[in-house]
Amino acid sequence: MVLQGQEVRLADTITVNETAYPIPDDPRVSLLDFLRQHIGLTGTKKGCDHGQCGACTVLVNGVRINSCLTLAAMHDGDDVTTIEGLGTPEKPSALQRAFLEHDGYQCGYCTPGQICSATAMLEEIAADWPSDASEALNGKVRISGEEIRERMSGNLCRCGAYANIVAAIEDVAGGGQS
Amino acid sequence: MTVHFKQDEPDNSNRLDGMKQGVLGKPLPRIEGLAKVTGTAPYAAEYPVENCAEGVLVTATITRGEVTSIDRESVLSMPGVIAVIDDEKLCTRAAQGTANEAPMQGPAQVCYWGQPIALVVAETFEQARDAAKHLNVEYRVEEGAPLDPGAVEPEEQEGETVHQGDLAHAMVEAAHSIDVTYTTKGHASAAMEPHAAIAEWDGDKLTVHASLQMLNYNITELADALDMEEDDVRLISRYVGGGFGSKLGISEEVVAAALAAKQVGRPVRVVQSRQQVFQTVMRRSETTQHLRLAADDNGKLVGFGHEALVSNLPGESFAEPVLQSSHFLYGGENRELMLKVARIHRMTAGSVRAPGEAVGMPALEGAMDVLAKKAGIDPVELRLRNIPEDDPEEGLQFSSHKLAECLKQGADAFGWDKGLRKPRQRREGEWWVGTGMASAARVHNISEAKARVTLKADGTALVETDMTDIGTGTYTILAQIAGEMLGLDPKRVLVELGDTRHPRGPGSGGSWGAASIGSAVYVACKAIREELAAKIGTSEDKLELNEGKTATGESLTDLLEGKDLAREGHYEPGDIEDDYTASGFGAFFAEVRVNHYTGETRVERMLGAFGFGRVLNAKTARSQCIGGITWSIGLALTEALEFDPRDGHLVNCDLAEYHVPVHRDVPDLDVVLVEERDAAASPIQAKGIGELGMCGGAAAIANAIYNACGARLYDYPMTPDRVLAAMPD
Repeated sequence: MVLQGQEVRLADTITVNETAYPIPDDPRVSLLDFLRQHIGLTGTKKGCDHGQCGACTVLVNGVRINSCLTLAAMHDGDDVTTIEGLGTPEKPSALQRAFLEHDGYQCGYCTPGQICSATAMLEEIAADWPSDASEALNGKVRISGEEIRERMSGNLCRCGAYANIVAAIEDVAGGGQS
Repeated sequence: MTVHFKQDEPDNSNRLDGMKQGVLGKPLPRIEGLAKVTGTAPYAAEYPVENCAEGVLVTATITRGEVTSIDRESVLSMPGVIAVIDDEKLCTRAAQGTANEAPMQGPAQVCYWGQPIALVVAETFEQARDAAKHLNVEYRVEEGAPLDPGAVEPEEQEGETVHQGDLAHAMVEAAHSIDVTYTTKGHASAAMEPHAAIAEWDGDKLTVHASLQMLNYNITELADALDMEEDDVRLISRYVGGGFGSKLGISEEVVAAALAAKQVGRPVRVVQSRQQVFQTVMRRSETTQHLRLAADDNGKLVGFGHEALVSNLPGESFAEPVLQSSHFLYGGENRELMLKVARIHRMTAGSVRAPGEAVGMPALEGAMDVLAKKAGIDPVELRLRNIPEDDPEEGLQFSSHKLAECLKQGADAFGWDKGLRKPRQRREGEWWVGTGMASAARVHNISEAKARVTLKADGTALVETDMTDIGTGTYTILAQIAGEMLGLDPKRVLVELGDTRHPRGPGSGGSWGAASIGSAVYVACKAIREELAAKIGTSEDKLELNEGKTATGESLTDLLEGKDLAREGHYEPGDIEDDYTASGFGAFFAEVRVNHYTGETRVERMLGAFGFGRVLNAKTARSQCIGGITWSIGLALTEALEFDPRDGHLVNCDLAEYHVPVHRDVPDLDVVLVEERDAAASPIQAKGIGELGMCGGAAAIANAIYNACGARLYDYPMTPDRVLAAMPD
């Protein structure tokens, strides 16, 4: 791009599910709209566009974020994983299979966000990141129903499948309890 | 070939239980589930359409008046802007459920703050959104629009009023009487998928991908709005990201996209923003409910009064049917029921999950708890004593009645303590812990429905209807019904829904979907079975089909001899609708803890026991129940639409300010499915379960709050400030 009369070279690609794409020209394009509108990955959902519902959750460099709250242009060189990158109908991930088995959804619209969120959330617990439900700020974090509920509370499900979603996550986490 | 069945009598043939495949009712995972969990299921806005322009709605910033000018030039020079559409055919409200005609049109007349008045179309979403914000609009304001439902003279809603006996006298004479007034706030459906449409013209033929619940009505509504013939319109809604009433009728973006696509000569996508969905679609009306209950020494009701005030815009026929189950749930020979509607200029009021009982039952069941306390009778026992033999107003027999079983089985499963109930019996640190219960009731609805079933020459089956699956499980239960009837693994049944090219279904709404469309598929399959039976010289009722073979070993593929066998089933409810009072029944039990110092309430555990006819899929039925119970938690504790008293605009129009339950608000939930066969409900003996799970559940929580801490509240939601204000010292 040209900035103050000078050609400025920016790293100008985003890698999504291991494929590199050019960053769009319009700086207003959110990462969410980039995924859905520009590269056709509509598995990531727009529920509120304001970071209030979690339907647009994706992993950026392995960490979950609301893709509606960040601009595509801010992700030069980043690695983005969407629901399509976690598994496919032919080869679903363990969490995807567990959601199917436990009926961890109804209409399915919040589901990709729930699954992306849960995927990263389990890593956060494994890395002993504390939450409001944890016994202490330091030390080992024990997986429990309450930990899962607290950490998943940014992902709304209006159909009210929460009880089944938690059961699905516990199933994959193993050894968890309500 | 179409096979028509009009049901005038209960169907006790119980055919589905005699089939050999054994898949109906089983907890099978959803057949479309893999598409949903992998993000490959396409919702309305997600179809790849070449050369699609983007539209963004512009909404009014006045309460009542007229748009006097729209300055197109203010945005047409902005980058990428293609058009500003203010066509008089633009819809200003969503259609009410089953309206079957265009909703209010004419965007120049403003009737509520937030009403759509124009659409800006641009090359990209970002350009359209920016231009929509910059569009200069001038208005002539008509001051003085009434906004407060309590400040206008309300209209009496026809067909709801009951005067039976002398309630006032009964209240004075009765051993126990209570007179209480409950209020509920407005609610939003808040389906996770915002309302969206992509419209495409091919000459005079219009195709719209939309997010709608009832395509069979929506096609008529859209054709009417555009002055078109239905044959020239195709609606597609294969996946719907939740509805809860908000997508029953066509909404503004559907018509706007169609008009814009025509005008700009290319496809147009319009997706409402979350804030627009809140403001332009439907609210559940707030309610004020006056309850009078009079009981004899034994707690048997002799008087029953339930009068409610709701609101809506001028010109809307819908009035939140608060009293729907109050007409038949409990006895009491002296009865006063009345529903009144205040005409005010808040956004449109319409159906939100379980219209009527969602708010009527929490008030009634709260009042029953007050009566139980006053009469010194266990709340479960009080309800058991008041289950009427027949409909107390109409005198009709009930099609089936599982309230007593639900109360008993629910109490057992929950571990209900039948001992003397007094508040403040258990304290854990800052928290009071207590339990409460409530009955559930939701009228059974059933509708005409058509579906085509094709038994393919290769031994698979195809089910086609314009019925939708809004998360309810329609895809799966139809595969199970067809699989059961035709002796096929449901994996061998392809179900195609949500396309008006298919036969007209009932649409998803009023919990009538499964029983209605399931019956149409049943009728079609029965006709196919008759053909197959004739081929092997037996009768349909003796035909046994299992895993693609007859009992004598002939395979379906051999019987079909290379030809498909198709039948269209047309189910129509007849006299059964008039001859019985039909309802789903149930019971809720909740344990809560209430913080003595902050007034915060947490639901510790909750159980629902429900009787709703045949269970078609134990997994998806249970999911509907836990969904309803989750809504009960929201209704009891957090959900409330707040309107600005100055201009009537919805203040908390997003998911940060309107508080639906989140993961941590919902504990593990228990569901008891009380199996039954309701022969007068439908030929498949099923009723609906999409709404019953939230019809009274909030009262179980309210009653548990009282039992826990002694705070008796009459206003939902029971937020910490309200609980604290009612908390005894």
